[in-house]
Amino acid sequence: MSDYTIIGKSEKKIDSLSLATGACQFTDDFELKEPLYLAQLYSPHAHAEILNIDDSEARKLPGVVDVFHYQNVKPVLHTTAGQGFPEPSPYDSVLFDMKMRFIGDRVAMVAAEDQKIANNALKLIKVEYKILEPLFDPEKAMDKNAPKLHGTDRFTPIGATYDSLKNLAAEVEIEFGDLKKGEAEADFIIDKIYHAHYGSHCAQEPHAAISYFDEMGRLVIVCTTQVPFHVRRIVSKVCEFPLSKIRVIKPRIGGGFGGKQEVLLEPLAALVTIKLKRPAKIVLSRKEVFQNSRTRHPVRTRLRTGVKNNGDITFLEMDSLLNSGAYGTHALTVLSNCGAKVLPLFNKIENMRFLGRSVYTNLPVGGAYRGYGATQGYFALNQQLDMIARKLDVDLPEFIKKNHIQVGETSKIFEALGEGKEGVVQYINSCKLDECIDIGAREIGWYEKREKKLTNGDKVKGVGMMVAMQGSGIPLVDMASAYMKMNDDGSFNLDIGATDIGTGSDTVLAQIAAEVLSIDLEKIIVLSSDTDRTPFDVGAYASSTTYVSGGAVKKCAEKIRDQILDVAAEIMKTDRNNLELADGKVHDQKNNKCISLSDVAVYSLYTKNQFQIQAGASQFVEQSPPPFIAQFAEVEVDKKTGKVDLIKFVSVVDCGQAINPKLAEGQIDGATVNGICYALTEEYKFSENGNLLTKQFRDYKIWTAADIPEIKTIVVESHEKTGPFGAKSVGEIGINGPMPAIANAIYDAVDVRLFKAPFTPARVYREMQKTGCQHY
Amino acid sequence: MDGLFIINGMQHRLDFKSDERLLFTLRKHGYTEVKNGCLEGECGACLILLDDKPVNSCQVFTASAVEKDIKTVKGIGNLYEPHIIQKAFVDAGAVQCGFCTPGMVLATYALLQKNPKPSEPEIKNALDGNLCRCTGYVKIIEAVKLAAQMIGKGGDRNV
Repeated sequence: MSDYTIIGKSEKKIDSLSLATGACQFTDDFELKEPLYLAQLYSPHAHAEILNIDDSEARKLPGVVDVFHYQNVKPVLHTTAGQGFPEPSPYDSVLFDMKMRFIGDRVAMVAAEDQKIANNALKLIKVEYKILEPLFDPEKAMDKNAPKLHGTDRFTPIGATYDSLKNLAAEVEIEFGDLKKGEAEADFIIDKIYHAHYGSHCAQEPHAAISYFDEMGRLVIVCTTQVPFHVRRIVSKVCEFPLSKIRVIKPRIGGGFGGKQEVLLEPLAALVTIKLKRPAKIVLSRKEVFQNSRTRHPVRTRLRTGVKNNGDITFLEMDSLLNSGAYGTHALTVLSNCGAKVLPLFNKIENMRFLGRSVYTNLPVGGAYRGYGATQGYFALNQQLDMIARKLDVDLPEFIKKNHIQVGETSKIFEALGEGKEGVVQYINSCKLDECIDIGAREIGWYEKREKKLTNGDKVKGVGMMVAMQGSGIPLVDMASAYMKMNDDGSFNLDIGATDIGTGSDTVLAQIAAEVLSIDLEKIIVLSSDTDRTPFDVGAYASSTTYVSGGAVKKCAEKIRDQILDVAAEIMKTDRNNLELADGKVHDQKNNKCISLSDVAVYSLYTKNQFQIQAGASQFVEQSPPPFIAQFAEVEVDKKTGKVDLIKFVSVVDCGQAINPKLAEGQIDGATVNGICYALTEEYKFSENGNLLTKQFRDYKIWTAADIPEIKTIVVESHEKTGPFGAKSVGEIGINGPMPAIANAIYDAVDVRLFKAPFTPARVYREMQKTGCQHY
Repeated sequence: MDGLFIINGMQHRLDFKSDERLLFTLRKHGYTEVKNGCLEGECGACLILLDDKPVNSCQVFTASAVEKDIKTVKGIGNLYEPHIIQKAFVDAGAVQCGFCTPGMVLATYALLQKNPKPSEPEIKNALDGNLCRCTGYVKIIEAVKLAAQMIGKGGDRNV
């Protein structure tokens, strides 16, 4: 165990009492003086051209102030992906287009004196469409005769592969070793196709944005964002408004999970405020969140692996086809991560090929979603491993332990495949995956239950497992910064660009500062994510905050500590080397004296050689040390109905040093249950013409407390030498496991392999019928 | 229209439209601790206690709540004098984004009023109308157990 005082302690989340008493404000809770309310009109056609828009009747409705559409808003090509600049996503979007690319694409927007008027006015807008042939099947997207979604004016700013004539939003191909040799050496080859499906983030707070001019004529945007600094940059570009006149404030955020790493509503509110000089408010309905915001990209993965009878994997070929939907936001980076976050885990494979393509279809738009491609990739890989172990007749946990990456090792994938570009050479500094596997196996009762098919009437039990890694930020891309200053009473302001969207990052980052300065957490006053008042941070994505932003805070606090010790040496008339910080005081070990931090602050502010004890620091990372996880499921399958009951789910994670174990567990618990619902119940169903049918919680089922089985989360600490106090990330990794672990458990119970989720009773039953498991 | 309401123990005369839902009336008058999550009666973010019964305020016409007793999460405790349940949610680490928390806390309040020593299945059933995407419910269920325990031990403020 460490001898830290605050690191590794489950300190209470600093905003939690305010949230539990309803005092905290979310975007929609801010009061605006006479705002305009906005409503959007959406395309009823999956693929169409707008021939004309007649908004005259809408404008006549009392209370309507303005109507916006392609005829009166300048088209500025951009991506809605809230990524660093230049964004690795294609510039294929404008605020109001003439072409509609999915049912739910934005046609027009009304600004009115109240929400009801705005909604009613939508019905008065007359739109003349030329209906085009839609494209729904990603497998056919690259066909010569397929309908084309985007014109040749669209492009990718980073020069990545992009071809609108093939509906190709992104393409990645890497290969090393000799695939043919690997094929020749194999005693058997497993070649399977897996489908990961659409999913909605279901953050409980729907997307919202408000905007207004402050008393100095600067545009203020308060919004539900994971990326305030990217919002400022993209709004400036799209609205052609100076960045210096925009201030973006992130209030409390009601969950993001990637869904709010998208700049969707902010330019709309800004547009209205800039043009009409009035505050504006836009809040999505739940249906709009489901249909019109962003989703998890469906991915079809074909996985081929060659294996020797001695257990060596001779080659692996992964072919991922990502359905990007109507726009290519995150199309390249999610695609890259299908391989980049998955394949390095099995680094002993010498011959490897990854081919990824993201294609446009006339369906809802994919985007960032917790797991970010890894979820889709691991669904394939972990079922394939289960198949291999069964075919070899070896124990799956032991097979994995022999093959996964270990401390001191690297993978060629790290270098070959980054997020949208080449990656970075990386060696593993910390990995306790073996321990995670052993603990998880014990916790689920692996050796008592595996292949036992414990039966109770029509119901059969089975267990399954999986392993995964993720990353901690994007190496050579992500940067975070922090600023601190000391106050009279020995408290400190900590201003950080890092974006707490409910994760507890404000608390974790304050703990890091408090540890460096040996003070209580209450002495750190956190202000985060205000583009006017906090330094830059890329935002909350890519599992980056603890590792990258945490690194910035640690550096910053160390600079503050040095200044404190300098001043204390002056006060105490001693050598600085005799001094150290402990218990909120400066101790002179040699002379057995101490002074308080307040003494230091008062001296520096008021007494002699006055100056502000203050510092800023940036953290730019060259590594992305992966956290590791082993997840285990026990299920009971009803052979009569195909219903799968999850009995227990175990996650054992190595996230480096957990800065706050309770918050780390909370991240895993939440990600796990999100993954479980994705595996068992969540589904986007479409009508034949591409209309989303499941856009309410009653149709798109996410679990409630009543559905929850035994969920066990165990944190195994390791020490990552490149991370702040040994920390790696923990935010995303937990979502990868449920789908493959449950699929493997279902196979263990009823010998049915599920290549497509969710594992609804109907699907499981159908598959049981097909494979001859029909005991009825 | 307008009408008299008892909100968190105080009488208020509020104006509202004839077809307005209680959620909007409350939010319009500053009770923004009542959250708008889905407007379908599915998520429980807008849960309030209406004459001590938990209801989704998005499914209630304001006109039908005139002269009734309304309790929001601020009515059971505040930042300075939090209720035991609110403290238990904090202590258990049950608050992540906090958007569902007001509804969760009130659902817990309603449960513990009826049943001060609920079993785990009773807890889960009582929270069945409240969605949370952050916590997987694990620490929320722990928070309810903790609250019941704290109240059982005669915490500083009983339900």
